[in-house]
Amino acid sequence: MDIGLAHYLTVAAILFTLGIFGIFMNRKNVIIIMMSIELMLLAVNINFVAFSAFLGDLVGQVFTIFVLTVAAAEAAIGLAILVVYFRNRGTIAVEDINMMKG
Amino acid sequence: MGDTMLNLWAALPEMFLAVAALALLMFGVFAGKDKAFRTVSWAAVVAMLVTAFLVIMGQGGPAFFGQFVADPFAQFCKVLILTGSALGIIMSIRYAERERMARFEFPILITLATVGMMAMVSATDMLSLYLGLELQSLALYVVAAIRRDTVRATESGLKYFVLGSIASGMLLYGMSMVYGFTGTTNFAVLAGVMAEGSLSVGTLVGLAFMFAGLCFKVSAVPFHMWTPDVYEGAPTPVTAFFAVAPKIAGLALFVRVAMGPFAGVVADWQQIIVLISILSMLVGAFAALRQENIKRLMAYSSIGHVGFALVGLAAGTQDGVQAILVYLGIYLVMNIGTFAVILCMRRNERMVEDIVDLSGLAKTKPMMAAVTAILMFSMAGIPPLAGFFGKFYVFKAAVDSGLITLAVIGLVTSVVSAYYYLRIIKVMYFDEPVEDFDRNGTEMNVIMAVATIVMLAFVFFPNPLTDSAAVAAAALFGN
Repeated sequence: MDIGLAHYLTVAAILFTLGIFGIFMNRKNVIIIMMSIELMLLAVNINFVAFSAFLGDLVGQVFTIFVLTVAAAEAAIGLAILVVYFRNRGTIAVEDINMMKG
Repeated sequence: MGDTMLNLWAALPEMFLAVAALALLMFGVFAGKDKAFRTVSWAAVVAMLVTAFLVIMGQGGPAFFGQFVADPFAQFCKVLILTGSALGIIMSIRYAERERMARFEFPILITLATVGMMAMVSATDMLSLYLGLELQSLALYVVAAIRRDTVRATESGLKYFVLGSIASGMLLYGMSMVYGFTGTTNFAVLAGVMAEGSLSVGTLVGLAFMFAGLCFKVSAVPFHMWTPDVYEGAPTPVTAFFAVAPKIAGLALFVRVAMGPFAGVVADWQQIIVLISILSMLVGAFAALRQENIKRLMAYSSIGHVGFALVGLAAGTQDGVQAILVYLGIYLVMNIGTFAVILCMRRNERMVEDIVDLSGLAKTKPMMAAVTAILMFSMAGIPPLAGFFGKFYVFKAAVDSGLITLAVIGLVTSVVSAYYYLRIIKVMYFDEPVEDFDRNGTEMNVIMAVATIVMLAFVFFPNPLTDSAAVAAAALFGN
């Protein structure tokens, strides 16, 4: 069986859905939310690279490099905020993030 | 399409502001920590004013090989954004020094966020759109958590980060689908593809994801849940800044994406925008009714305002875009004035933020009560104040394109939301006075006075705003 564009897109779609579910279903740990966010961005990268190869157009791969770079910066900022939060609150359990209702 | 020019001059304002931010960062580091706060803040304000001057004087045109454009639409939005950011910094200075958050990084982060906002309203390619949006978002996550010694601020930063990242993820996923099914990321080329008519399923999915991501960024219902928490938890001047500059930038970006690459398929997205707009107006009106905290109230109020602005987008016409731009201009002044009032709610050296704390303000501070009353009447959209005209233009645009139901729902929610604005006036004028607030800072009085004068004078001199908005909207439609 040939591995075609549709297979890549399916994998990416599954990963992306897993990422979204990971954020909303997870009640334990904020770190898992960070991992889910990364998963979403990586799913997008698979999409871009697959399309790029399929279309024979380099823009998608350039886009992927930018997304990777920004994702690194985003993870750094997220972890930094998480660290200051942990210092104040003493926990990073998702259900304890409830100082303000909502 | 034929934009094979670098044309660096078009991006001069952005480059100037970015370099200014870096220079201020160096200055802050070498001048020794937090003593530099006041200097850096005012220097950032000056840099923004210079940037606004460069934006207005700039020669414009496309740049960076079709990634970027400095057209009148971008100019208009950039001036609003710069005004909002500069006023946000000015309002934060005294607060920061009193509340021990006077870190010089704060104005620098706001400046960098502003650079991101300017880049994203000028974006004509999904790549530059994404980079501008992320520069804005990453700076804002940190700004929300700038008071790193309090649980509330860090919690609001964390929530903003998580939900903002989901939004970016959805936007990106949508972009990847649109790219894959059309073969381009350039707005002009995309517009050409869309003009051919039929929209493939993949592109439609991509479009829906992109719109969902953008709705997150402008906090339109059903993607609004982060707004009240972030607004309540963040320090008040940060909330004031969040309520204006990123909102304006986000809505401008929304307009650019919807009316640029996707202008040819209005029929496909109009229903989505109509629904989002109705939901935002409803939530903005009804959820705000039972709020006691004034910052939370302003969060729901801003959700409602986004709903009203999206009415103009739903119209999908040049008049609609012009109406949104006028709305954004009025919204900027109105919100800055209101937040100046909220920042003056300070009693015995402590900030208070409940609506009942305004009780009897008419007796203790009659001028401030009058100013607040005018701002609230304007928010509620009562003629002849500016807020009325903002709503009038968007509803008129909606009716002109046959969206009468939408306009009627808008009017009804506007009446409902008048209840909680008028309640603030009732509390100020008819309740028994509690203790007086502390003395207002001069800059707050000036901001409040100017905002009130603009609200009152708009009916006599609407032309500066409406004419420039007309030019900006015309530029977006290429005529």
